[in-house]
Amino acid sequence: MTIATLTKPWEAMSYGFLDASAKRELRRKMLKAIAVPGCQMPYASREVPMARGWGTGGLQVTLTLLRPSSVVKVIDQGADDSVNAASIRSFLSKVSGARETWDTLEATIIQSRHRIPEERLRADQVLVLQVPNPEPLRPVEPNMSVARQMHADADYGRLWLILYEQIVRSGRVMQGAAYPSLVNGRHVMTPSPIPRWDVPKLHMAQHLTFLSAGREKRLYAVPPFTRVEPLVFSDVPFQVEDHAALTCHRSGLTGYFMNEIPQGGGGSQFELSDSNLGIKAIRQAEGAEARVGSTWYENGKMPQ
Amino acid sequence: MIATAPPLALQAPQLMTTPPLLTMTGVSRRYGDVVALRDVSATVYPGEVLGIVGESGSGKSTLLRMMNLEDMPDAGDYRLALPDLPGNLFDLDRFARRMLCATRIGIVYQNPHLGLLMKHTSSGNVAERLLIAGERSFAALRGRAREALDASEFPLDRMDARPLELSGGMQQRVQLAKAIALEPVLLLLDEPTTGLDVSVQALVLDTLKRLQRDRAMTIVIVSHDLGVIRTMADRVMVMRRGRVVEQGLADQIFQDPQHDYTQQLVHAKL
Repeated sequence: MTIATLTKPWEAMSYGFLDASAKRELRRKMLKAIAVPGCQMPYASREVPMARGWGTGGLQVTLTLLRPSSVVKVIDQGADDSVNAASIRSFLSKVSGARETWDTLEATIIQSRHRIPEERLRADQVLVLQVPNPEPLRPVEPNMSVARQMHADADYGRLWLILYEQIVRSGRVMQGAAYPSLVNGRHVMTPSPIPRWDVPKLHMAQHLTFLSAGREKRLYAVPPFTRVEPLVFSDVPFQVEDHAALTCHRSGLTGYFMNEIPQGGGGSQFELSDSNLGIKAIRQAEGAEARVGSTWYENGKMPQ
Repeated sequence: MIATAPPLALQAPQLMTTPPLLTMTGVSRRYGDVVALRDVSATVYPGEVLGIVGESGSGKSTLLRMMNLEDMPDAGDYRLALPDLPGNLFDLDRFARRMLCATRIGIVYQNPHLGLLMKHTSSGNVAERLLIAGERSFAALRGRAREALDASEFPLDRMDARPLELSGGMQQRVQLAKAIALEPVLLLLDEPTTGLDVSVQALVLDTLKRLQRDRAMTIVIVSHDLGVIRTMADRVMVMRRGRVVEQGLADQIFQDPQHDYTQQLVHAKL
């Protein structure tokens, strides 16, 4: 018997880039995160060939979930074709053999920064959000040990204090992204950095969502069919961005979250933030074959 | 013979016939080799102002911190006459302790940095108390914060200024508003006017007196300033080296001090 018969042949890297022990640790933490929805789980956060702050948290979760039959979509600010999205996607497919896609309906794993796709996600899809700052209490409690104790006590009064002061100062809630939300009636999480528009999509959703912060070494999850309620005052209702009436100047679609594009004359035009939805709409209008799924928002309204 | 009530002078004073609001017995606390409190007992009756005087390091602030459940003693028993919390309050868990402190006990610290969130607005500081108690209506928060600030004679046009931008006297008023916002059964004042100049001190004391009169509040006030204690307190406890050396009605202590240390204290002042 020789050593060679007992060992595997040499490979440049393990499957899915991360070594087996790193993936095992991540899987354990992901299962814990699912078991306690919205609760932040610490994890080791390994080195990946990308700088901290560029989506390393999301990348590690995605690498752990990938298999050769996966279809992977990566979104950066709603777009599939930005440099960051394109290079993360090609890295994922290179280390795992997974197929790349831009289409939300086709993907099995969607890694995203800033947006949840406008098309409804199904039970067989997993959404992985890259999170820069996982701690909703950071603006009110700089000491993270104390913040953890506040989570344990469900001591969230001060988060309403932030909203209170925004209303006092500006007449309305100004929190744009990272709107603090109560998950499963117990833990407040920051669904950062998605806009308010996307927060209702997480409520009782069919799909599983992971939120992972690589630099802060924390991950948390929203399992399927879990309540996600944005924090509100009883007399000041939660409002999403006022985009329902805006029309995309390229695809002609109305009633979705838009990017504002300032024009020379001082005015502005709008274009769909979810670029793949726009592309499919344009293709459909040109008579090409493109399937657009049902969307969360219908005519600019989220059905109750 | 006609049965008559005993003459007035022989009736027990009303204070003695009502059960005490606060009872502390046998509280001791050491910090390493330093003994901060040795077997201290205290009683406070509803509607009464108890003054605690003593030099620095006499244990008076430690005692007040224990009353606010911020610090646990090595031994001792602490009860408030609350129907829902009959047992020793030192045995409560952290969660119940926090709820009790937030909703039933108000405190004003000497250093406003301890009691206030300096980066948040003054009205927000008061609203935070209400939020902990579960108030979730913006209009109600705003209204009740305004009421509490008004009651502590804080100028309402500055209610959305941050405490950092306010003068010392104003900061103390914000602390006071925060303390009384939930109408606590017990108000603790830890050197509330130390560090303020004499005229501001007088104004803050005025406010405190008026609040005490209007709301019949039960107050424990700690100070090393006999003038403050004389203005505020009905009853006085003199502490030295972690022990209570003398206690009695305020007039009695100031006019006829019995203990050597109290005599020195009263004479040093006059």
